[in-house]
Amino acid sequence: MLDLSAALSTAAALVIGLDPQMLAIVRLSLLVSGSAVLLAALIGLPLGAALALAAFPGRGVLVVMINACMGLPPVVVGLAIYLLLSRAGPLGQFGLLFTPSAMVVAQTILVLPIVAALSRQVVADLWGEYGEQLRSLGASRPGVVATLLWDGRFSLLTAILAGFGRACAEVGAVMIVGGNISGVTRTMTTAIALETSKGDLPLALGLGIILIGLVIAVNAAVFLVGQAARRRMG
Amino acid sequence: MMSEIDSILPLELDGIGFGVQGRALLGGIGLRLEAGSRTIVLGPNGAGKSLLLRICHGLLAPTEGSLRWGGAGRPLPDQVVRRRQAMVFQRPVLLRRSALANIRYVLGLIGLPRRQRQTVAMEALDRFGLAELAGRPARVLSGGEQQRLALARAWVVEPDVLFLDEPTSSLDPAATLAVEMAIHEFHAAGAKIVMTTHDLGQARRLADEVVFLSRGRLVEVSSASRFFKGPATPQARAFLAGELVC
Repeated sequence: MLDLSAALSTAAALVIGLDPQMLAIVRLSLLVSGSAVLLAALIGLPLGAALALAAFPGRGVLVVMINACMGLPPVVVGLAIYLLLSRAGPLGQFGLLFTPSAMVVAQTILVLPIVAALSRQVVADLWGEYGEQLRSLGASRPGVVATLLWDGRFSLLTAILAGFGRACAEVGAVMIVGGNISGVTRTMTTAIALETSKGDLPLALGLGIILIGLVIAVNAAVFLVGQAARRRMG
Repeated sequence: MMSEIDSILPLELDGIGFGVQGRALLGGIGLRLEAGSRTIVLGPNGAGKSLLLRICHGLLAPTEGSLRWGGAGRPLPDQVVRRRQAMVFQRPVLLRRSALANIRYVLGLIGLPRRQRQTVAMEALDRFGLAELAGRPARVLSGGEQQRLALARAWVVEPDVLFLDEPTSSLDPAATLAVEMAIHEFHAAGAKIVMTTHDLGQARRLADEVVFLSRGRLVEVSSASRFFKGPATPQARAFLAGELVC
C-alpha cells in the first residue's frame, strides 16, 4: 500500500513548482482539446443552426443520430480514426497517426455532436421567439442564422465549454490515435493512465489535480460570464 | 426602380381564407385597403384579427384566395412589397443588444450604407424619445420603452403601411398615449395604418375606417364615424354595446 499522503504532497510540489515535464503535458492537452473544440464549434454551430431552421426529409432521424452521438464511446471513435489513419487505411498516406493532429481529429469528432445538438436546441428555442419578428423585418436565411447564433451566444458558450470538458477529460481516443508518446502525444489523461499503471502516483495525482482544477475554473468562468450577461442583456 | 413606386398600396384581398387541419379560422374575406388612411380591425377574441394582419403582412400564406398589392395592372416585385411594410407586435421581440444596435440591425437589413446607420438610428430613437436610452440593452427597457423602440425600428424602414397587432394591450395609459402619438407620426408621414385593438376608446381616437370581424368572417367595413354612430349589422351593434358576441 502506497502512502497516499506522501504521494499527494509530492503531487502538490510538482504543481506548485511548475514541473517542466508536467507543464509540457498540460500544454499539449490544452492545445489538442482547444483546437478540437475550435474546429467543432466552427462546424457545429452552423450545423446546429441549420438543423434547427431547415426543413428537409430525414431531419428528425439526423437530429436523433446527432443527439445519440453525444454519448459516443471515445475508444470506439479512437479505433475508427486509427483504422482510417493507419498506413493501410484510406487516409494512411498523410502519416497523421500518432501525431497531435490525429488527436485533434478524434476529439473534434467527439465534441462535434455535443456542440451541434446543444446549439440546435438553443437556436430552435430562439427561432420560436424571434421567428415572426425576423421574417417581418425581412432578414435573409444566412442573416437569421447569424442573428440567432449571436443572440444565443451565452447559451452557446456553455455548449462549447461542455464540449471542452468532454475533450480534455477523455482518454480512450487520444490514447489510441496518439499513442501516448512521451513529449509528442502524451496528454494529461493518457499520462495519468500510464503513470498509475507504472506506480508513479505523484505525477498522476498532480496531473489529476490540474485537470480537475482546470475543468472547475472553466465552468466557473462560464457561469459568471453567463450570469453577468443575463443581468446586463436580459 | 423603387423610387418610381410612390406606394405599394392599395392592398386587395380576394376571397381570403385560412384553415388549419380542415378548421376554417378565416373565410371569404374580400377587402380593399387604401393608402394613407387608418384602418382599425375590430372584433371579439378569436374573430381572426391577428390572423388577418399576418396574412396581409405576408407572415402567413392564406389557404384560400389571393392578395394583390398595388392595384390592378400595376404588378409590384415581391422584394419591393416586403421592404415597404412593417409590423409592430403585441409583445415586441428585441435583440439582445443595445437599443441603438437594434435599430442599426434593421438599417443593415435594408441595405443602408454603414456610415449613415448611426445618424439615422439616433434620429429615429430621438423621434420616439429614446435618445437617452440608446446605449441601454433593449431587453431591460420597460414595456412602454420596448414598444416605442419597436416603433422606432419600424420608422427607419419608412413603410408605406404599418401593421400593429394590439400594440398597447399590455401597456399603462402613459405608454399607450406615447404609442398613439407615434402612430400619429407614421400617419402624418403618409403611412397607411392597419391596427387591431380591444380598446374601443383607442379605436374611436385613431380610426378613419373600421373593419369588423366576427367568427372569421368580415361582417362590416365602414367609415369610423358611421360605424361608431350606428353600425349596420346586429353583430357590430352588439359588440359596441359591450354584449358578448362570439
